[in-house]
Amino acid sequence: MAVFWLIGIVLALAAAGLVLGRARALACVGGDARGLHSRPVYHGWTVAVAVLGPVGLVLTFWLLVQPLYVGAVVSAMLGDSADPRGLLLAEVRRAAEGLEAAVETGVIPAALAEDARADAAEITRRLKAAGQVVTSDLTAPVLRAAQRTLALNASGDRAMAGVVLAVALAGLVLALRRIAPAFRARPVVERDLRALLIAAASIAVLTTLGIVLSLVFNTVGFFRLYPAAEFFTGLDWAPSFSGRGGASDLGVLPLLWGTLYISVVALAVAVPIGLFAAIYLSEYAAPRFRALAKPLLEVLAGIPTIVYGLFALLTVGPLLMRVFGEAGLGWMQSGTAVITAGLVMGIMLIPFVSSLSDDIISAVPQALRDGSYGLGATRSETIRQVVLPAALPGIVGAILLAASRAIGETMIVVLGAGAAARLSLNPFEAMTTVTAKIVSQLTGDADFASPEALVAFALGMTLFVLTLGLNVVALVIVRRYREHYE
Amino acid sequence: MFDAPHPTLATPTTPPTRTDPKIAACNVDVHYGTTHALRDVSVEIEDRTVTAFIGPSGCGKSTFLRCLNRMNDTIDSARVTGVILLDGEDIHDRRVDPVQLRARVGMVFQKPNPFPKSIYDNIAYGPRIHGLARSKADLDGIVERALRRGAIWEEVKDRLQASGTGLSGGQQQRLCIARAIATEPEVLLMDEPCSALDPIATAQVEELIDELRASYSVVIVTHSMQQAARVSQKTAFFHMGRLVEYDATSKIFTNPEDARTESYITGRIG
Ligand SMILES: Nc1ncnc2c1ncn2[C@@H]1O[C@H](COP(=O)(O)OP(=O)(O)O)[C@@H](O)[C@H]1O
Ligand SMILES: [Mg+2]
Repeated sequence: MAVFWLIGIVLALAAAGLVLGRARALACVGGDARGLHSRPVYHGWTVAVAVLGPVGLVLTFWLLVQPLYVGAVVSAMLGDSADPRGLLLAEVRRAAEGLEAAVETGVIPAALAEDARADAAEITRRLKAAGQVVTSDLTAPVLRAAQRTLALNASGDRAMAGVVLAVALAGLVLALRRIAPAFRARPVVERDLRALLIAAASIAVLTTLGIVLSLVFNTVGFFRLYPAAEFFTGLDWAPSFSGRGGASDLGVLPLLWGTLYISVVALAVAVPIGLFAAIYLSEYAAPRFRALAKPLLEVLAGIPTIVYGLFALLTVGPLLMRVFGEAGLGWMQSGTAVITAGLVMGIMLIPFVSSLSDDIISAVPQALRDGSYGLGATRSETIRQVVLPAALPGIVGAILLAASRAIGETMIVVLGAGAAARLSLNPFEAMTTVTAKIVSQLTGDADFASPEALVAFALGMTLFVLTLGLNVVALVIVRRYREHYE
Repeated sequence: MFDAPHPTLATPTTPPTRTDPKIAACNVDVHYGTTHALRDVSVEIEDRTVTAFIGPSGCGKSTFLRCLNRMNDTIDSARVTGVILLDGEDIHDRRVDPVQLRARVGMVFQKPNPFPKSIYDNIAYGPRIHGLARSKADLDGIVERALRRGAIWEEVKDRLQASGTGLSGGQQQRLCIARAIATEPEVLLMDEPCSALDPIATAQVEELIDELRASYSVVIVTHSMQQAARVSQKTAFFHMGRLVEYDATSKIFTNPEDARTESYITGRIG
């Protein structure tokens, strides 16, 4: 809340700077804008930027560094302890948050919360009574550390507000004094604008990098608690839900198998249908029909996958049960199975395959078709022997992109494939996938420091590497294909 | 593919010439949608002769050329009327399959368009489709003969499995000519075959055309008057969708009947 007000004040200062700067620029040439190097509004902007730029930097830096500093201080306070450091710090953080909320709602008087000799048991009791989640009883060191965290944060926030306001005012005053008829305001503003654009671009790149790094670090953290060899080669997936216990089997192979099996079924549905649709649209359909049908097919790609999930659970599953279930052939135990999820996912992927392939087939030069017709080839011979081979690399790229969608798909498998991790060849059995298990490991109030929760990161990492690999291969193929014709 | 009614003629309207024409076109009109691209063209093309079509851009040379092997059928908006006889047989007759016709009347395009396949497969494409080879050795023979006649055998004989798209422009065009020859057509249509080539490659292709005359009827569209004069025996001058003048090449270039022809060959229109 404090930061919110702070930013509000800074924005108001910047707006004032814009108006003042403009007015001052006009004033210093006696109202004749032609006497200025740059138009007055640029002078105004230099002032606004002089307020916002430094404040932005200071604020970002402060917000990043303060938690690190507080963490380091608290960590030093706790000294060596048998508990894993990460778990203890998490507990301190939760206690601090609980205390803060309790003080805010008045359950615990501020004086008691800050009291260095306050009784840990008493505070625990009050926190629990107030409904602030405390997993286990607070120990004295944890309580002291939590109090210290609160104190440090409070003073840090006050200092930050002071520094930020000082910087903003200094920027305003200095920038206003800089304004003169010869001041080259426009290049300055344009340079700053470019800096802003570069910053936006780097944020996009850096967040991606950050996500990957966090995946990597948490995966490494998981492998400290659970042997990597067992994760990658284990044939069983049986997490225990009892909390922190070593009783879980967390082998990724059954999940990977489920993922690949369902993806293969999906592709077996999507590739032929999508490809034939693409061939029809690009080679046979009248232009007017194509203009109508292609967007319609692409609408399929816009349907949220949860809707496909519902469709799998409520329509396709029961339908398959009627044919293959107890009443029919007796192969299927329940509506949720590999075949259900695979079919529905295949339908979801049809527009990916058909739309991309259609673009690629249409991009094959007409000259090649003419050459083939000119030799007395029929249309189907031309398509099979000239057009498709020429488009093949691009089509393979399209299929790989569809495959990486299939591997990452979650909702359809959560609803359509069942929850049992199984290594089986029978498509009528329920199976589950990496994505579905990430969901189930993280829903419910799991302890995020336990291997049962951290395994989600290792699963995520596995998926990421898999789909990244597919995407890279697909992009390389598609690019090589493009070069071929340019 | 083509169902528009045609005025059928029992016999060609012109009296029989010394040798029967290979192709006789009578009152051919072509519309693209509402564009009237070709108006009332009648012409007789002789066997074992190189016939050149000249004229300014957009005058309908390509359009007429594409009528001769019914390539205009592949353009939805194109509508062709009139009679075209190949060896006295109407090519628009219901008994004639345009696909088969195109095997008899081969075509080489302005821009070299080798398939993204090996050199060997490029040449073997037509013979395979039309079942011209009985065995692998037979096919090898056809490919070699076509490449030799296309005057490119020496350059590619050691890399028949290399991609056809990796050749130079001139080589690609000779490959395309060899590819057209491989299906053993009776007529070879060439639409500005040298416009994408350098002078040396052009000279090679012209030499090749002169050799082909021994066994085929060749029709070549060209923008170069010199080329028409060098390679052809007969020349047709097109202007604004009409055939203005058609005569022996030497006559057209030395003593044209029509004022428009004279303006064109002296460089005043076009
Ligand atoms: N596919 C087509 N669709 C519509 N109009 C065309 C098409 N091809 C050619 N035309 C038109 O027909 C006329 C003759 O074209 P073309 O035969 O290509 O001329 P040339 O080969 O003599 O330069 C031009 O006006 C051209 O715009
Ligand atoms: Mg042309």
